[in-house]
Amino acid sequence: MPLALEIISPEKLLLSRDVDMVVIPGTEGDLGILPGHANLITGLRGGLVDIYAGGQITERYFVSGGFAEVTDTHCAVLADSIIRQSDLNPATAATLLDEAKADYAAVNMADQDSYLRASDRLISAQAMLDSAAPARAEKT
Amino acid sequence: MPSLKTLRTRINSVRSTQKITGAMKMVAAAKLRRAQAQAEASRPYARRMGEMMSALAGGAQGNPNAPSLLVGNGRDKTHLLLALTADRGLAGAFSANVGRHTRTLITSLESQGKTVKIFGLGRKGNDYFRRYAGDRVIGTKNFIGKKTIAFEDAEAIAGEIIALFKKSEFDVCTLVFNRFHSVMSQTVTQTPLIPAASPPANDNPAGDAPAPYEIEPDDGTLLARLLPRNLAVQIYAALLENSAGFYASQMTAMDSATRNAGEMIKKLSLNYNRARQANITKELIEIISGAEAV
Repeated sequence: MPLALEIISPEKLLLSRDVDMVVIPGTEGDLGILPGHANLITGLRGGLVDIYAGGQITERYFVSGGFAEVTDTHCAVLADSIIRQSDLNPATAATLLDEAKADYAAVNMADQDSYLRASDRLISAQAMLDSAAPARAEKT
Repeated sequence: MPSLKTLRTRINSVRSTQKITGAMKMVAAAKLRRAQAQAEASRPYARRMGEMMSALAGGAQGNPNAPSLLVGNGRDKTHLLLALTADRGLAGAFSANVGRHTRTLITSLESQGKTVKIFGLGRKGNDYFRRYAGDRVIGTKNFIGKKTIAFEDAEAIAGEIIALFKKSEFDVCTLVFNRFHSVMSQTVTQTPLIPAASPPANDNPAGDAPAPYEIEPDDGTLLARLLPRNLAVQIYAALLENSAGFYASQMTAMDSATRNAGEMIKKLSLNYNRARQANITKELIEIISGAEAV
């Protein structure tokens, strides 16, 4: 029984097809989703969505955060923004990380909302840089 | 009776106007297609988001600690109207319809003793509200110079609205915009943003309800992240409807302008030909009577 995976950004439906397994970066840790998974709604942190076919990673997407809804037959990833992992650019990621760090340093810790937003941004920028780097290493 | 020359220049000027409106119609049609495709593409996200919202909100509804974005802050005194209009004109009554609807809303809310504030999106609306609603306007924004509306724009607006809500600037927020039905018809619609609309009742109340969801990290935390997101999604959807509706309305307006120009040219040409004929006849009479006199 395959798992119907949907990866959706607010602007478009990026991918909708059947996969064997998908690993998503939940806020509490990575989750491997196989068909027959219990119903679950989870937040996502910045990280890689790995699509598996036949025990191999066939595609990797970077998501900067969002939500995922899982039932026994489908998995919907609602991402804030999605980039194919091979398209990630370490230099852009590094600039984003610097900006996020500056933001984080400047944020008022007493203001819960802006603190959360800044820390989310920092985590996602760091994850973007981490996700971008291995692709370079593999290529060389 | 206007002279032949003035008639000729008028026909020419109407003809060039017709060319312009005809071209604008084509451009609007092309942009409409793009706007419609964009609106179409944003629907899956909004639908999934709605499903998740109703799964989470069901549990939070009776909870006294439910987030205020979902259930409101318990007051109903100050209303914020978020009115969406176009940035450009030449689109018939598109923006005026939203303006008129908003004004009726203001009058009826104020007659109930409520305070009304307005946040205008789109340049046309801002001009309108500055004239009619004056100091009720607390914020404006427009998208002049932007080719397409990005989700980040909607997110920024949602952020501003939430910041105002946190500062207790208003208690209830309503979105007023043109819903796109078809090229010929857009209707002014209002949807509640804060408190969020109660999720639609379960479709299958016969006990066939889906198994409840496990929620990670927990429903409070998740709702706190989901609600601002949902607000942005709703604003984004409305912005897209607004832009599709605008181009549709502009296309219709330009189509009828082109047709009217065609009719005008027909009438003017008739007059022109009549005047020319009359001139020729007059000259003939002059020649003949001159020849007879000799």
